[in-house]
Amino acid sequence: MADDIFTYAPAPESRSVVRLRSSYGLFIDGAFADPAEGRSLKTVNPADEEVLAEVAVAGEADVDRAVAAARRAYETVWGPMPGAERAKYLFRIARILQERSRELAVLESLDNGKPIKETRDVDLPLVAAHFFYYAGWADKLGHAGLGADPRPLGVAAQVIPWNFPLLMLAWKIAPALATGNTVVLKPAETTPLSALVFAEICQEAELPPGVVNIVTGAGETGRALVAHGGVDKVAFTGSTEVGKEIARTVAGTRKRVTLELGGKGANIVYDDAALDQAVEGIVTGIFFNQGHVCCAGSRLLVQESVAEDVLERLKRRISTLRMGDPLDKNTDIGAINSAAQLDKIRELSGIGDDEGAQRWTAPCELPSRGYWFPPTVFTGVTQAHRIAREEIFGPVLSVLTFRTPAEAVEKANNTPFGLSAGVWTEKGSRMLWTANRLRAGVIWSNTFNKFDPTSPFGGYKESGYGREGGRHGLEGYIRG
Amino acid sequence: MAETPESSERSEQAGKTVARRPGGRAARTKRADEGAPPQVEPARPAEPPAVAAQGRLAVRKTYKLYVGGAFPRSESGRSYPVTDPQGGLLANAALASRKDARDAVVAARRAFGGWSGRTAYNRGQVLYRVAEMLEGRLGQFADEVAAADAVPRERAEALVAAAIDRWVWYAGWTDKIASVAGGANPVAGPYFNLSTPEPTGVVAVFAPPEAPLLGLVSVLAPVIATGNTAVVVASERAPLPAVTLAEVLATSDLPGGVVNLLTGRLAELAPPLAAHADVNALDLTGAGALAAELEEAAAGTLKRVLRPAEGRTDWTAEPGTERLTAFLETKTVWHPIGV
Amino acid sequence: MPDTISPPGLTASNASLRAYLHGLPGVDEVGAAQRAAGLATRSIKTTAKAQAIDLAIRMVDLTTLEGADTPGKVRALAAKAVHPDPADPSVPRVAAVCVYSDRVAIAVEALRGSGVAVASVATAFPAGRAPLEAKLADTRQAVADGAAEIDMVIDRGAFLSGDYLKVYEEITAVKEACGDAHLKVILETGELVTYDNVRRASWLAMHAGADFIKTSTGKVSPAATLPVVLVMLEAVRDFRAATGRRIGVKPAGGIRTTKDAVRNLVLVNEVAGADWLDPAYFRIGASSLLNDLLMQRTKLATGVYGGPDYYTLD
Repeated sequence: MADDIFTYAPAPESRSVVRLRSSYGLFIDGAFADPAEGRSLKTVNPADEEVLAEVAVAGEADVDRAVAAARRAYETVWGPMPGAERAKYLFRIARILQERSRELAVLESLDNGKPIKETRDVDLPLVAAHFFYYAGWADKLGHAGLGADPRPLGVAAQVIPWNFPLLMLAWKIAPALATGNTVVLKPAETTPLSALVFAEICQEAELPPGVVNIVTGAGETGRALVAHGGVDKVAFTGSTEVGKEIARTVAGTRKRVTLELGGKGANIVYDDAALDQAVEGIVTGIFFNQGHVCCAGSRLLVQESVAEDVLERLKRRISTLRMGDPLDKNTDIGAINSAAQLDKIRELSGIGDDEGAQRWTAPCELPSRGYWFPPTVFTGVTQAHRIAREEIFGPVLSVLTFRTPAEAVEKANNTPFGLSAGVWTEKGSRMLWTANRLRAGVIWSNTFNKFDPTSPFGGYKESGYGREGGRHGLEGYIRG
Repeated sequence: MAETPESSERSEQAGKTVARRPGGRAARTKRADEGAPPQVEPARPAEPPAVAAQGRLAVRKTYKLYVGGAFPRSESGRSYPVTDPQGGLLANAALASRKDARDAVVAARRAFGGWSGRTAYNRGQVLYRVAEMLEGRLGQFADEVAAADAVPRERAEALVAAAIDRWVWYAGWTDKIASVAGGANPVAGPYFNLSTPEPTGVVAVFAPPEAPLLGLVSVLAPVIATGNTAVVVASERAPLPAVTLAEVLATSDLPGGVVNLLTGRLAELAPPLAAHADVNALDLTGAGALAAELEEAAAGTLKRVLRPAEGRTDWTAEPGTERLTAFLETKTVWHPIGV
Repeated sequence: MPDTISPPGLTASNASLRAYLHGLPGVDEVGAAQRAAGLATRSIKTTAKAQAIDLAIRMVDLTTLEGADTPGKVRALAAKAVHPDPADPSVPRVAAVCVYSDRVAIAVEALRGSGVAVASVATAFPAGRAPLEAKLADTRQAVADGAAEIDMVIDRGAFLSGDYLKVYEEITAVKEACGDAHLKVILETGELVTYDNVRRASWLAMHAGADFIKTSTGKVSPAATLPVVLVMLEAVRDFRAATGRRIGVKPAGGIRTTKDAVRNLVLVNEVAGADWLDPAYFRIGASSLLNDLLMQRTKLATGVYGGPDYYTLD
């Protein structure tokens, strides 16, 4: 009787709110322009491999033009503009983002593969909130504790990843503009579309030309931008490998740098935890955004005395995750962003098998087209396994156990990364004891993967340096 | 205030300086000799007759490294002559090797947990104790600074006094910086959210070549005030006040390993420290021409890097909090608020 | 009835019972609320919605619990229970009619042969502040008059003062008085306040012999909130894993719209599992909900929005 109930009928969000152009140019000096060399790349919907649009590839000459436009805007308009006026532009942008949020949510799901539930309820609200938050700072910078007369740096080169395309754009552009800098931003090559719509929003807001420039392209474009001599600041979110390359590139220059890089977050579950919420936190920690999250809780450290119980609950819970069409409002797990990323996840998971860890996969059918990887849990993992050390950046959880709080902390910290960690315990003093000892920039206790524009975010060690969000987020864009 | 007062003072007052071996009473008794022509021959004992004149042979100090709370010689067995600006020999200092640098990092790492785990109040007490001990040795430091930079004794005393005051200034910061650099964040949800600064770990400090005491104190004190531990490469040219500072640290309540001091060649010591995977940050203030290369090496493990200042630094000016925050990590802790 | 499923010594003393209940995993309020809110965003459309509406109708305990309940009111409710929409015979009947104990006889008479059960609140509903003997007499009377289901209230005062054994013993006594009637134990979660208490009270009631655990009397707000239902569904799920016994859940109070009902069904489906999507294991205590379910049912079938004048009041 109950068998066929709640095979939830499809509940797709309408695509009609999105008006995609077949091709996009570069956004330089307030207008869309063709690239000098006329090269382009195709961006596809990872859920069905359909081509969404062609996007220009910016070469060195284009980057040069963009930086020059940003410099001009900085010197003639944006730098001299009173903070209160800058603020109003940012408020205006924030409002337009709210007004066009459904369109942008759908677009982001199309281009990225993440579920509409997340773009609609997480990405877009946070994007607008970031602009609102930093808008308010623009005329209050003297009160930020960053010197009596804080000044902008100049032109900021910003390179962002594909996992939260528009949110990462907001994290970069909002504080840069609030502090009086101008920007040249390069979105990821697999997810350029929401940044290009953001360019339209800048036009709609009548933002002075050159204040925001968007150059699309791949790694080569990013390198040209970072290395450009006219840039005063580099802000990057992405892999630790590229972060190191950038740190080398800017060595010996006066360019200021903030880097938000990879992670291998430990999610520590003590035996006195609120187990059902801990299980939710584990699921959110690793399966939110298909695990394409630098601060994912990809290493579950569970106290041995409750490990069996937790794993049983976890597997039962994972089995209820709904994987499929990113635009279906009931989808929990969407598509892997690209074929390359899928290959990487498969490769590292294969290494997990080879190293003797036990793989468990949620029973779910994978769509025949597109890039998909089912929620996966490896048990019997030790610190020595590569899947416990390397960032997989996919829906793959490695489970380790511990016996004592000290062992938990020791294992959690035993990594070159230091971005995030989770702590689950009903005992306040143990939570604080653990949080104090974890070498990570964000500690979620009895929760996971929470973000807020007022809350600084960033890593220790090889997870990068500098903070984004909050008052701390201004620091990377200000000369005291 | 003039930039780089110690060095500029030195040039202004060159005619009035004396080069002398520091560290003994004998040197102080020679103040009347100010104005004597500078001695320029290299590596020659500066003033043996002065000692003889007192009728007693002074006991000279051996300038050693300071690692893990002990004063070893370099494992390499090497030393190098330290001279005054005119080339007069002041003393032989240990010429530290890469292995000494490695040992210093081990000692600093070992000390990090305990030092960063102290209460901020306690760190302030310990640092203030250091200032008390410095004050007691003001004369000795003044002699060494005067000798090292060939500045008049009065000027040297003023610089030492400034260094002591600088130390006191940072001692007072230990339990305040968290309030200034951290705080509660009003997130839009039922969460307590607090950002707290934490020390970054082991910091390799390349002390400025000029200002051998005030400059050194100005770069070292902020690093350890916040709970970091340090491996300091002293001014290659003028390392003697640094070694004496180490002696002060050893006889204060500062745990061994919190500060580790190396003397020797910057070009030999800095690259391995900059590349060392167990070093968390670099202060390149005194790195000079090596700065870019060291920053590049630091990228290998994404060390935090404080670049050298543009232009020359006025070490007597109030420093602000930049040197404190440069070696802090911001940790943000979330917790739900519910019943 | 001998307790064969509880841990040995569970009720040896109040201390042992307390140790057991306080040894259950805690519930983080914010996390539970978030999980419930997350499930509330499930979009149930078309065929799934049609199924959900009919299932919800079959799960309704159509309730009237007023001082002003007359025989006429009870008979009208009974008629509605059997034929929720007189104009549409395809609408299923509800699970039960729920009345005060002194109205059981009237309801039994009105529902004889209909397949709709009669449930009676008992034990000095809603406060439960009466001597045990009075509560038992109340229960026996309702059963004697033909109630197939008894909805008792726990002694919240005893629970909040830490006298768990008193609460336990009262439930076992009422259970005994029920005979063959099914026992639903009302926790009155709005007075227990914390989800930790809701979880402990759930386990206490289940060990004491409850066939159902029920959120609320409907007289106290908040009543059947989604997080409370979530916590109780987790309790029955875990209780079955621990003991093999499947206990039912009944949210009551505050569920007025089809959307509320569907959200509850989504919770059941994803937390306890599809096994519980059955009127034998999940009920919804409500009075005004039924008409909204009927209106949505018609809307789904015809594509036209309805109005309250087209549905009977009782």
